[in-house]
Amino acid sequence: MRSFSEIDTTAKRASKAAGFSWGVAEEIGKSIRSLELFGLPGIINLNNYLKKIKQKHPKKIEKIEKENKTGDKELCPIYSGVAFLDRCLELEKLKSIKFYNVSYPLLMLPFISRASEIMSKKILVQYDNTSFLLNFDKSLFSKNIEKQAPSLTNEVTIEFIENKNSFSEQDWKELYKLSEETFVDESESSKTKAAGAGLTDND
Amino acid sequence: MNKIDIKLRDPNKIMKLSRLGSFHQSKLSFLRSFIREFKSWEYKRNIFELDKDGYGVAVYSFEKNKRNYSLICFSQYINPNERSDRVIATKWDAAFVLHDGIPAREDINRLKENVPKQEIGRMSYKELTLSRANKSVRAFDHVVDSLSSGKQPNKDLLSKVGYLYRTTAVYGSGKFGLADRFRIKDRKEIYGPFRLEMMLVYLVRQFTFDQVNHIAQHRNPDKAVRLDENIARNLGIGNSTGLGMAPFIVNHPTLLHKWIYSREKALKEIRSIENVNLHEFNFFKECLVKSKTIIDTWLTDSQYQNKKINSLKTDLVKFDQFLEKDCSIKAKYLWNTIYLWVEKNLNEECIEYIVSMMMEPYDKIIEPLINNMSSDEEKYFSIPGHKKISYLRKILEKKYQSIIKINFKEKNSTANFWFISKNKEEPRVANRYEENGAELEQPLAIARDIKFLYERVLKANESLTVADFLLNNDDLRHVVRRAFIVDQFPYSEIQDNTIGASLIPIDMLRLKLSFFGAVKFDPRSDKWLRINMYQGAPLSHELKSSNDTWVYNSFN
Repeated sequence: MRSFSEIDTTAKRASKAAGFSWGVAEEIGKSIRSLELFGLPGIINLNNYLKKIKQKHPKKIEKIEKENKTGDKELCPIYSGVAFLDRCLELEKLKSIKFYNVSYPLLMLPFISRASEIMSKKILVQYDNTSFLLNFDKSLFSKNIEKQAPSLTNEVTIEFIENKNSFSEQDWKELYKLSEETFVDESESSKTKAAGAGLTDND
Repeated sequence: MNKIDIKLRDPNKIMKLSRLGSFHQSKLSFLRSFIREFKSWEYKRNIFELDKDGYGVAVYSFEKNKRNYSLICFSQYINPNERSDRVIATKWDAAFVLHDGIPAREDINRLKENVPKQEIGRMSYKELTLSRANKSVRAFDHVVDSLSSGKQPNKDLLSKVGYLYRTTAVYGSGKFGLADRFRIKDRKEIYGPFRLEMMLVYLVRQFTFDQVNHIAQHRNPDKAVRLDENIARNLGIGNSTGLGMAPFIVNHPTLLHKWIYSREKALKEIRSIENVNLHEFNFFKECLVKSKTIIDTWLTDSQYQNKKINSLKTDLVKFDQFLEKDCSIKAKYLWNTIYLWVEKNLNEECIEYIVSMMMEPYDKIIEPLINNMSSDEEKYFSIPGHKKISYLRKILEKKYQSIIKINFKEKNSTANFWFISKNKEEPRVANRYEENGAELEQPLAIARDIKFLYERVLKANESLTVADFLLNNDDLRHVVRRAFIVDQFPYSEIQDNTIGASLIPIDMLRLKLSFFGAVKFDPRSDKWLRINMYQGAPLSHELKSSNDTWVYNSFN
């Protein structure tokens, strides 16, 4: 078994060799490590993508807007991911963002996952029939993930999830009431001896 | 006298390579903190299956609260012409691996096929550190010959060498399939950095003693004697260290900060002591006197190092006179007075020597710092893209004051480049204008790239965000990241040009090795050196009753 440290280093070096700058290659190393840690096929996807761009290096994305496309060209998942990560705090106000025609979309995921931690918000990512709920870069939940991640997707949708409870007020009240059964009724004497007892607060 | 406000030392001064290359071992060193942590563990020799010539397998372990760490040693015969300390070697007298737990026979058999191969073998997540070593043939053979003929070895000869075996690499943290650090980093006993590497080296030292005793006994069962413990105690483990270590301190900026910051914080706290008591002051003087035996037996052919040693010796004479004449515990803030005098009157080699010595009486100051010498590096990896270019510019002007003054248009400023060798995947440095490969340069020319970044930042719109700036400048992304790290961690960056013509790479090695606790730096060129580790350290059965100043007990 390859260690995650080996995965990080080799992904970084291979990405530099494929034409990315050292700084971006460092990001890729961490990203592939993160995908593999989550049990997702990072190495396979990166390997295939780097082979694909060997002849022609992809264009960088110039700006991130609510909807992102580059004519009939494919968007690079790495440049898109890095640009998204760098701007995540300003993108939050857009609520949701779409990227069209993205190569190897799985490679975007770790950047968005890191953004989730920076923004302190869960993020929902969907492409084709697959969806990922990214939880502050600590964990992710995936639905319908295929063993062989797609090499191209028509549309990646990124949705910022507002920080709100996943339960109703009624659920909370019921649970809280039960938790109260661990409390002890205070006696009069303990009330008079508690913090601040015997002193005037008007001093 | 009013309370005085001692500041941490200025990173622009301390992070220069000449200063970092003058650091010495101290109470913060990893060898010493390893022994302090593991002295209460149960040491055991579990397996010792060597043939009459000392070849075979041995296992040693430490155990506490149902946790075990085991060193598995494989020793083999090699032809003298196959023995090489260089990283290109493919065979070694012995190879070692530290296993998490007690190894089963299947583990030992699996590792027997892989550990002796080192870089081309594969370890598993159950293995923690990996190493190999060669005999110092003249010391090893002399010891075995002497013991087998019923005599103790010649102390003068051993004094010149200082060890029986010399390691040539110690690997950890995920290399060659070893366990990634994140798997074990929450174990309290290994909070201090490189603790498992230090454990490996300590147990290897014990193996070398057991091996010579074993061979001598088999060679002449009637007459052989065991190696005198006083002699054994004064033998350490040698190490040949090349450039592999140098990029480490560049590639782990927050970790570097934590090490240096701990040293600086310790110094600041010690200088802030208003009343130094007699016991503390005497303890300092006692350690200083004892430590001079290390300097007297610090032998090297290196002109560079000899100059430094001579400067240290001369300065220590001056310091003794100052100590005798001008220092009294009646004075307030005595350590601060001493430090200010040292900084004003002595050279860097001796300044840092005295700084290390000043830590000796202060367990209470040092111990809390030890557990803070590791770093969760991932936490500081992301670039805050929302910050403005004006902010980045301020960081560059404040934290890289001397770097941005370097003229990189001069050839001398870019004389070298760092690369990874194809045959052993090891870092190397070469002359940019005389050798091939500069187009594959590693991102270790931090000073040059910071200067490039500064020049581009000066031309950029100040209200631009860093994210927007990076769109057109992603070739400098690696140093943008570093700038934001140094903004939080002032000791994370070497304040020198690591590709300049005057670069002395062994300064970078010495910085790291001093934190390991190595002594007797012996440069063999400007690119590699030999050192000694654990000389004077308690033997395994003495660990429990050992004291922390063992490093000064050596008579070699």
